[in-house]
Amino acid sequence: MAKSSAQKIEVHEGKDLKWTASAKKKVEKILAKYPDDQSRSATIPLLWLAQKEFGGWVSVDAMQLVADTLSLPYIRVYEVATFYTMFNLKPVGKYHVQVCTNCACMIRGSEKIVDVVKEATGLSGQGTISDDGLFTLTEVECLGACVEAPMMQINDGYHVKLTPESTVEILEGLKAGKTVKSTTPSKGLEIFDGK
Amino acid sequence: MASKSTATHLIRADKVFQNLDGAEDWGIKGYEKRGGYGKELKKILKTDPKDIIELVKASGQRGRGGAGFPTGLKWSFMPRPDGVRPNYLVCNADEGEPGTCKDRDILRFDPHTLVEGMIVGCHALGAETGYIYVRGEYYDETSRLQQAIDEAYEAGLLGKNIMGTGVNVDVYTHLGAGAYICGEETALLESLEGKKGQPRLKPPFPAQFGLYGCPTTINNVETIAQIPSILKRGVDWWTQFGRPNNHGTKIFCISGAVNKPCNIEAPMSISLKDLIEEHCDGVMGGWDNLQAIIPGGSSTPMLNPEQSGEVLMDFDALRELGTGLGTAGVIVMNKEVDVLDVMTRISGFYKHESCGQCTPCREGVGWVYRLMERLRDGNGTVEELDQLFDVTKRIEGRTICAFADGAMWPVQGTLKHFRGEFEKRIEAQSKKQGAA
Repeated sequence: MAKSSAQKIEVHEGKDLKWTASAKKKVEKILAKYPDDQSRSATIPLLWLAQKEFGGWVSVDAMQLVADTLSLPYIRVYEVATFYTMFNLKPVGKYHVQVCTNCACMIRGSEKIVDVVKEATGLSGQGTISDDGLFTLTEVECLGACVEAPMMQINDGYHVKLTPESTVEILEGLKAGKTVKSTTPSKGLEIFDGK
Repeated sequence: MASKSTATHLIRADKVFQNLDGAEDWGIKGYEKRGGYGKELKKILKTDPKDIIELVKASGQRGRGGAGFPTGLKWSFMPRPDGVRPNYLVCNADEGEPGTCKDRDILRFDPHTLVEGMIVGCHALGAETGYIYVRGEYYDETSRLQQAIDEAYEAGLLGKNIMGTGVNVDVYTHLGAGAYICGEETALLESLEGKKGQPRLKPPFPAQFGLYGCPTTINNVETIAQIPSILKRGVDWWTQFGRPNNHGTKIFCISGAVNKPCNIEAPMSISLKDLIEEHCDGVMGGWDNLQAIIPGGSSTPMLNPEQSGEVLMDFDALRELGTGLGTAGVIVMNKEVDVLDVMTRISGFYKHESCGQCTPCREGVGWVYRLMERLRDGNGTVEELDQLFDVTKRIEGRTICAFADGAMWPVQGTLKHFRGEFEKRIEAQSKKQGAA
C-alpha cells in the first residue's frame, strides 16, 4: 500500500474549514470537467486544491470539507487521501524536498544528494520539519526524469542533473528567500494553485 | 547532414517529436511550423472513423506504454456510439516505470503532438470527450499541456464543430496524486472516477465497460501522439522503420551509467549497442566495462553484456531473450554499480507501490524485498536462492493485474544472471561469521 497504516493523521483543531470565494470558483471549474452525475471524479482535484489552500497538507477537516462539497460520505474521501502518496497527512515545511532514490538516480549518486540535503537543512530523517520551518525531506520513488538523474522535486518544480554543490546552492538560495527556478518553469495550474 | 534516415538515425522530417529536445517553440505556432494541425488534420477529421482505424491497423503500430498491444486492434474493439452511453478516449500519462521519462518530454516540449492525437483519436473512436491522466508529480508539465489545450481551443481545434467538420471534441487534464499502480489502465479509470487506484477484474474490458461504465479506450501518450503523423505521412512511411510486427519510430530513454543519458527518437529495431554508442556516447568506462542492462523499464529482466551487444531493440527480439521492450526505458549498469543493491532497491519500489488488493502481491512483494535485502548483504543460504525463485514463480500470474509479474521478473532476471554473485556474498559472510 502506498502509505503505512500506522501513519498518524492530524486534524486542524478548532478550525471550521471553508473554501474562500476564489477557491469556490476553482471548485466550479474543476467540477465542470466531469459529467454532472460523476462529480466524485473531482475527489483528487479537490484534495489538491485543499492541500494548496490550507498550508500544504490535508487534514481530517480538509477531507471533510471535500466530502461535503461533493456530497460524499467522509470515508470515500479519507480512503483516497490516504492511498495516494502526494497528499501530506501532516504539516510539511515550506519547501517539501523530495529526492528520487530509485534505480536510475541511485546509479548516478542520489544517496549523496540525500546526505547533502540532510546536512544543509539540519534534518536527520524523513517526514519532519526543519527547525527553521523551511524544509521537509522525503525520499521518493521514480519521478520520471531518469535521463537527468539525480534529481529532486521541491514543491511543484523539478531540479535535475544535481551535484552535491548545486543541491546546496538551491537549498541555500531558498534559505536566503530567493526564488529558485525549476527545470520547466511553468505558469502553474491555475485551478489548483492556492491563494 | 544526412538526407535519409538510417537504421540508427532519423532525419528531422522522419521524427514525430521534432522538438523533443525543447530547442524550439513548444506552443501552437511552433507546432504548426513543424507540420502540426493544418489542412491535413481537416482531411483526417472528414475521413470515416472506420477507415482511420483500418489505417492504424495497417500500420501495425503497437502501444508505446509497455504492453505493445496493437493500437488498431484495440481501437476496433470499441462499439460505435449508441446515443445512450458516450465513448471515451483516456490518455495514460501516468508515467512511472523507473527508467522511463519520455512522456514527460512530450508533455513539456511537444504537447501539441498529444493534443492533435487526442483530436484524431476521439474522432476515430466516436468519443466527444477525452481525458489526459497525468501523474501528480508532473505539475509543471501538466501546466504546459493545459496551456497547449487552451491554445487549441482558442484556435478552434478543440470544442464544437472543429474546423467546420462537424467533429466535437473536448479534452481535459486530470492530475493524479502519486501512485505507480494508476499506470495500469483499469486502476487509472478507478482513480479518474475519484477512487483508490486499484485495478479491476477483466473482463469486462474497458472497451465495453470503462470510464463511468462507458466504452473507453486507454492509450499511452506516445501512442496517441504518433497517430496524426502516421495518418498524415502514410502507412508506408511508418513501416519503413523497424522489422515487421515492430514497425515505426520510438522514443528510447537511456539512463544510468552512460556518458550522455538522453531521450532519443530512433527507428525501432535499432541495436541496443548502437543506441548506446551512437546516441549516448557509450557506456561509462567503455563497452567492456558494461555489467548489465535493463532494456525496458524496471519491470523487464536484465540482459548480460553478451546479450546487450547483439539484441535489437524491438518487442519480438527482446521477448525472445525472455525480457521485453516495455516502455523502452534503458537502464545501464557498468562494473562500478552494485547490481544486487540496485535490484534490491527496485524490489523495494514494488513493495512501496503494491496497491494491496491481492494477497500474493501485498504479502509476497514485501517478502521478496526483505529476502533480497538479506541476500544482498550475504545474510542467507544458497537454499534461500532457490526458495526466492520458487516464491517469485508462485506470485507471478496469480493476481488481478500484471503489477506482481512486473515485480517478480526483475528478481528472476537477477537470479539468472547474478546467482554467482549472491553465492559469493553468502560464502564471504559465512566465512566472516565463522572467523568471528
